[in-house]
Formats: sequence, structure tokens, C-alpha cells
Amino acid sequence: MPNKRILISGNEAIAQGALQAGCNFYAGYPITPQNELIAYMARHMVESGGVFIQAESELAAINMAYGAASAGARSMTSSSSPGISLKQEGISYIAGAQLPVVIVNIMRGGPGLGNIAPAQSDYFQATRGGGHGDYHQIVLAPESVQEAYDLTQIAFDLADKYRIPVMILGDGILGQMMEPVQLSTEQIKKNPQKVWALAGCKGRKPNIIKSFFMREGELEEFNIILQRKYDAIRKKEPRYEDWFLSDAKIILVAYGTMARIAKGAISRLRGAGKRIGLIRPIFLWPFPRAPFNLNNKKIKYLVVEMSAGQMVEDVRLAVSGRNPVEFIGRSGGGIPSEEEIINKIKRML
Amino acid sequence: MMEKIFSRPESLRDTATHYCSGCGHGIAHRLIAEVVDELGIREKTIGVAPVGCAVVAYDYWNFDCSEAAHGRALAVATGIKRVRPDNIVFTYQGDGDLAAIGTAETIHAANRGENLTTIFINNAIYGMTGGQMAPTTLLGQKTSTSIEGRVKEKHGYPLKISELLAPLSGVYYIERVSFHSPGEVLKAKHAIKQAFENQMNNLGFSLVEILSPCPTYWEKNPREALDWIKLVMQKEFPLGRIK
Repeated sequence: MPNKRILISGNEAIAQGALQAGCNFYAGYPITPQNELIAYMARHMVESGGVFIQAESELAAINMAYGAASAGARSMTSSSSPGISLKQEGISYIAGAQLPVVIVNIMRGGPGLGNIAPAQSDYFQATRGGGHGDYHQIVLAPESVQEAYDLTQIAFDLADKYRIPVMILGDGILGQMMEPVQLSTEQIKKNPQKVWALAGCKGRKPNIIKSFFMREGELEEFNIILQRKYDAIRKKEPRYEDWFLSDAKIILVAYGTMARIAKGAISRLRGAGKRIGLIRPIFLWPFPRAPFNLNNKKIKYLVVEMSAGQMVEDVRLAVSGRNPVEFIGRSGGGIPSEEEIINKIKRML
Repeated sequence: MMEKIFSRPESLRDTATHYCSGCGHGIAHRLIAEVVDELGIREKTIGVAPVGCAVVAYDYWNFDCSEAAHGRALAVATGIKRVRPDNIVFTYQGDGDLAAIGTAETIHAANRGENLTTIFINNAIYGMTGGQMAPTTLLGQKTSTSIEGRVKEKHGYPLKISELLAPLSGVYYIERVSFHSPGEVLKAKHAIKQAFENQMNNLGFSLVEILSPCPTYWEKNPREALDWIKLVMQKEFPLGRIK
């Protein structure tokens, strides 16, 4: 494939990344601000020979994705905050049945119908489970259109590797904005063979996909297996990006779109000689705790979010009281500006 | 040499079921297994089990199966069938699953004309949760949540979902059958076979509604339960080809 760089929106980049990853099943339902994604899948899934379904509801869409994954497909659904709330039942079942499904949440303001402005207020829902039961999903948070394209491909590999739901967590800005993307020059990935999948029991014992364990002690045993899987992911996978940690007095912590704005503020502050650093979690679950293990009690952390303060709780857990952790954020579609960040840092210095 | 003329179908595991005495689920499971065997499709059949009394149907059938969340069986089956169009995919659902919590999934899968087979067990009650009012509970029928009997002013009417689905263009075949006598059970088997053959011939959505006894929560003995279907239930839910 020739070297190809194209201008594309975040929503389209996620769709294109999914197709590059060999996604062969997509079901979705319209909701702003992720509509470009479903439209892109409708147009291009047909060309690639996969299945596209516009479902009657988010509930149906996530359960179609569940069915497709149980039949061995590379399966995806996408939505935005209110729709993702509806999908929580299905995500819990996907976690319980250990199915690989990629779920995209292009977040908007909430609670309730909220608005259609960009927000980061579904962090708790994404990282704490969201549905019922003792489970997790892997959560990936791209900050650029390129990274949205790249992480979507990684999401499918992680989903298959661990048989786990993986969420791409973006916001309305990331979904809507256009940036150049370097497309992969590799062949479209082949869907790996899945011996556990439903395909008809020719030549083997029947496969069963389920999350129901009624025998005494059986569910506890199963949940221990799930927790071991989560521990393995925690040890191996959490990624982050850092800036200037070696000399930083104040470390900003931000993800996704908010990290882009934080980087702008840091560049200006560094230009003025201020020693400011950044930790940008790329995985939100498991949360990368290692970079917070800095042996310097003078460091202060400042968490910046497009929410009333959700990731800040994970930062406080990671810092474990060793350093002060402060927060600024705006909710309901408000976006902290570079100036607001800079003014806050000046007060902290 | 003696000829063996009756045996357990290969599609049915050699396991005792958890069902109550006189329950219809065991009959329905067996009929499906017989049909799957007779059509020679065991190795390409994928069943979708519901939430309800038949939640562990996959422990009794000897072919690939998936569980579905309550009401979502036809969405799950849609995902499976679209990915594997050469497999034979069916859902097995009760009245609460198919006609209450899953009404939207049922209507839209049928309306899309998904090439699927649905076996719908109508026993006019929620069995697994202990005998609550179902969408198909008859007027006057006492349940733990309609203690004076179903009253139209409070609870509305028994939902005739099969008649509701019939006008949809995507629906190819709907038949209502009953388990109240051996003859009716044989008719039920023919209808189930027809519904599977329709899928094998890519004809679209097929549904068989079975009036099935629940002696435990009807508070009847098994014989009285069959008589109740014959004398009362089938007046509200007439048997025969609906589409």
C-alpha cells in the first residue's frame, strides 16, 4: 500500500482504524457527536465485505456486537454518553462472557440528556465498570486524530488477547476535529482464529458462551479468574506519555483533548522558565500508576479535566498522599483554557 | 435382531433437566433436538438461550449455544447470523423475554426479515421469578402481581405478539401451536421443523408460538394445566397458522 496521509475527523479515523484492524462487524445507533463514525462504517463496511447494522436502539446494538463477537467476529459499536449508558447492560454481559468487543464513547455533557458539547464526565462510568458486577474494561484515551486511528487498532488486539471489552474514550472535540493522519501501510489485519467461538460443533464438543454460574461457589471461582486477568493487564499494559518529569515542580495530569490544551499551557510556561511537567495517561483503565512514584515530596500535581473531577481520584490513589494534588475542571461542556491553567499554576508556584 | 425405533436425539444431552413436573420446556427442548437431528444440522446449529426458566437450555442441547441478556436474544442472534450466514441460528424465548422486556428487539429483528428461527414459549406467566404477571397473562388469571386476577383497567390486555408481528413484511412464517395433547405436540413439531426449514431455504423470519403448561405457577396439577390450555388459554390465543 502506498504511503498515504489524509485529512480526516477523529470519528472517521476511529472507523478507518477499525477497518484497518480487520473489524468485520459494526452495529450502531445515531447520536451526536459520533455520527460521522456510524456513517463512515455504513459506507466502508460494505466495501470491505463486513457487516453493518443500524440497530433499533443502543441496547440492540451492543447485543448484536455481543452476538457477532461470540461468533468470532472483530466486533465494534459506538455511541456518545447517553447511548453508552444504555449499553452498560451489554458491556457487563460481554465482560462476564469474556468476549472481545470494541466500544467507542465520544463523550458529551451530562447528566441526563445534557448537551452535545465535548466533555470528559464519563470517566467514572468507563473506568469503574459502569454496568453491574465485579468487572473492568480496558479504556484507551487518544489525544489526537492520529492517535485515535492507532489506538483503535491496538484496541482490537487487546480485546482479542484478553477476551475483554475495550473502550475508546474520546470527546466531542476529538470526534469532530480534522487532522492529518498517516495511514498504515500494512495489510488489513486478519481476524485471529478463535477456538472458543460459536461456529457449529463440527468435529468438536459444543461451545457455550455465557456469564451465568449458578453452582455454589462457581461464580466466585470465575470472578477470581477474571481478577487474575485484570491483574495481568495492570502489570503489562498501562501506557502513558510524560513531559519534563526530571525537573518539574508542578506536574499537570490530563488526558485526551484536555492534555492537548495542557501541553499548550506547559509550552508557554516553559518558555517563561517555569518548571512544569505533564503526565498524560493513555490507558485510563488500568490507570498508569508508575509515573506518580517520584521520590520528591516538593512536587505538586495539578489535575485538569473537562469534568467536575473524576480522574483526580485515580491520581490521588496513585500519589497515595505523598504529594499535594490539586484540581481544576469545568463541567457541562465548559473547557478549561490555557489561561485558566496558567493562572492556577501561578497561584500554586 | 431387534430394531431400535426410539431413542434420545443426538442433539439432546443425557442429562436430567431442572424443570418442574408437567412443565412444557422439556417437550419443547426435545422437539427442537429431534428436528435438528432430522434435518442433519446439529453441527451447524447455534442456539440462543433466554433469561427465564430455560436459561440453562445450553446444558441440555448438544450443539453450540449462547446466552443472551433478558429480552436481547434476537439482537444476539442477529449478530451471530450476520457473521455466520451458513449456520442455522435460532432463539428460544419465553413470553416475558420476547413480548415484554425484549419487545423492541423482537419487532425489529422480525421487521428486518432476519433469516432466523424463534421458538416462543407462551405459558402466560413469569416462571423463573416465581409466578408474576406476564404480558400474555389472561384476563382474570391470578398471579403474584395480579392477586385479584388480571384486570384490564389496571393491567391492560394479554399481548398477542404473534398477531402483532404477522403484518410485518420481513416476517415469513408464524404459527401458534399447543402442548395440550399428544396430537398437538406432533403438530408443534411439524411447525418447528417448518420454521427451521424456512431458514435453511433463506426465506426470512419464522416464529413458532407454543402454548405451554406451567402447572406450578398456574397452581394446577399437570393434567389440569393441559386442560386449562385446551379449554381456556387457546380461546385467547387461537391455534393455527397466523402467517
